[in-house]
Amino acid sequence: MTQNLENLPKGLNPEDLVDIYAKMVLIRTLDERIWAMNRQGKAAIVASSQGHEAAQLASVWALRHHSEDYFCFTYYRDLAVTVAQGLTPTETLLGFLAKEGEPMSGARQFPQHGAILDKKVINISNVVSTHIPHAVGWALAAKMRGDKTVVAAYMGDGATSQGEVHEAMNFASVLKLPVVFIVENNKYAISVPQHKQMNVKQISSRAAGYGMTGVTVDGTDVIASYEACAEAVERAARGKGPSLVELEVERYLPHTSDDDDSVYRAKAEIDEARKRDPLVKLKDLLASAGLMTDERDVELRESARREIDAATDAAEAAPFPSDRDVLEHVFEEVR
Amino acid sequence: MAMMTVIEAVREAMREEMQRDASVFVLGEDVGRRGGVFLATQGFIDEFGEERVIDTPLAEAAIAGVAVGAAMSGMRPIAEVQFGDFVFPVFNQIVGEAARIRYGTKGKISVPMVLRIPYGGHIRGGLFHSQSPEAYFAHTPGLQVLCPATPYDAKGLLKAAIRSNDPVVFLEHKRTYRAVRGEVPDGDYVVPIGVADIKRYGDAATIITYGLTMHYSLQAAEVLAAEGIEIEVIDLRTVSPIDRDTVLESVRKTNRVLVVHEDNIALGVGAEVSALIAEHAFGNLDAPVMRVAGPDIPAMPFAPTLEAAYMPTADKIEAGLRRLLEY
Repeated sequence: MTQNLENLPKGLNPEDLVDIYAKMVLIRTLDERIWAMNRQGKAAIVASSQGHEAAQLASVWALRHHSEDYFCFTYYRDLAVTVAQGLTPTETLLGFLAKEGEPMSGARQFPQHGAILDKKVINISNVVSTHIPHAVGWALAAKMRGDKTVVAAYMGDGATSQGEVHEAMNFASVLKLPVVFIVENNKYAISVPQHKQMNVKQISSRAAGYGMTGVTVDGTDVIASYEACAEAVERAARGKGPSLVELEVERYLPHTSDDDDSVYRAKAEIDEARKRDPLVKLKDLLASAGLMTDERDVELRESARREIDAATDAAEAAPFPSDRDVLEHVFEEVR
Repeated sequence: MAMMTVIEAVREAMREEMQRDASVFVLGEDVGRRGGVFLATQGFIDEFGEERVIDTPLAEAAIAGVAVGAAMSGMRPIAEVQFGDFVFPVFNQIVGEAARIRYGTKGKISVPMVLRIPYGGHIRGGLFHSQSPEAYFAHTPGLQVLCPATPYDAKGLLKAAIRSNDPVVFLEHKRTYRAVRGEVPDGDYVVPIGVADIKRYGDAATIITYGLTMHYSLQAAEVLAAEGIEIEVIDLRTVSPIDRDTVLESVRKTNRVLVVHEDNIALGVGAEVSALIAEHAFGNLDAPVMRVAGPDIPAMPFAPTLEAAYMPTADKIEAGLRRLLEY
């Protein structure tokens, strides 16, 4: 690792990288715990964020530093976005265990789905890419009201095949809306590899077809991801319209806990991908700059484990939601 | 009181609501300078500007999906789908998304949007400009589905729809746009969603209908009235949620029911109305609930003879009434 922390992109300080690393440790610990709890039969379903964390956290930091206000339309693999935005580990685990008090949907939905408006996150649907037009609509509303909101629309590589993504990107570009389309390209849509999904190497190359800027960067590299997102956020905030940021990430685990990736993916490929582990890369970078020691790293990991242990206990102790209101919130008034 | 057509009533409802509430805006194909292909938004771009009268790209799913997103953030979009037949690309966003957002966020987010859909046939529209898609939406909890038949109801219901905090699928029958004129009060009024209207009182039988066939039902009722047989005609106006009270009350009075709609018969709105009556007023029936509706072919064909074969016209409704009364 030879990156020079003297030359960080505008708005990103070495202290940010330390904060991002601490958050990354917490989220990885949480993600591993959720996966374990699935294997224990406690969490019904999980789509792991492992390998996506740098991209997700860099995007959140870029939104914070380069917009007056922002809003995130996430998808199911965005654990690092939701936690960075303030969903606590306990709240997260309440979702994965479908327990009372889960804040996004009251455990009506899959984990990580619903809304936490005060934390600027909406993730409505399991239908891939249906939220992309919503993000564009949110941006349209912001522009109409004169708000300074920049909207981040997160999706995976497979989502970009959907017609609604095309429609939404074109719409946003024609109307010059403040959107950043963030594609977390982990090269697989469940089992289908990128070359069967599209006949382009870089998804960002499609941006030109919409008359917007597109860029592809290493999504396991926090600094590169931050810089790409920051430029796109600033462009949106200045009224220059949407951008497409493709962050090339890795998916270390199967698509979800119900998937078996061994039937379509060689172990050697995943081992190779683990050499780009964003957690390891950031730690090495910080260590080379004298901002991280092995002792401090151990402290961080132990602190994260204690926090996740406590969250696990709290979530496990919580009851399942009562069914007394299962018929409510169909309409504003009960009919 | 002014006499106006249905399309004029629709236009006036939107104009008044846009004047009243800055969060109301329209989006759709050709709604700007063209004023919409049916001229529902004629003159709007000059009055409200292109920021609130948005000519969109030709992409129905995005029109609906963008409207959903804007509504989630508190705006009140009115999205126009140019023809009911073009609504299926929208289905995902309305049935899959808009209808579930309040439920799926446990009440944290609502979707106060209106999807306006010119629909229906008997206009030589053929398979892809004649369809009646209301039953698809009416099956979906979380959506309100309105089918006004008169200028008065169109204006009052559209205002109610725009002010509603839940999504509305608002179906405007294309043949009524200019063919049906009626009195509309000056000034502001709303017609409540979910309330049927008895358009004609009678005691021999009840027709339950909505949309264009409401007018054809009134014509059929007039034919029988000349023979001294008085038919009650209920205009549902809202096909979801159905006004059970008005329906059941009339059944208990007339004891005979004919359900009439233009949409094809199988699993249409009439099927739900029939089931409601069977469950709640079986003992009041002197005859089985009968239906006059479009045949179960994929859509209304183009040639005038074929279109006539499809369409539940006044003479078919009259024949249905006679079958019902003779039972």
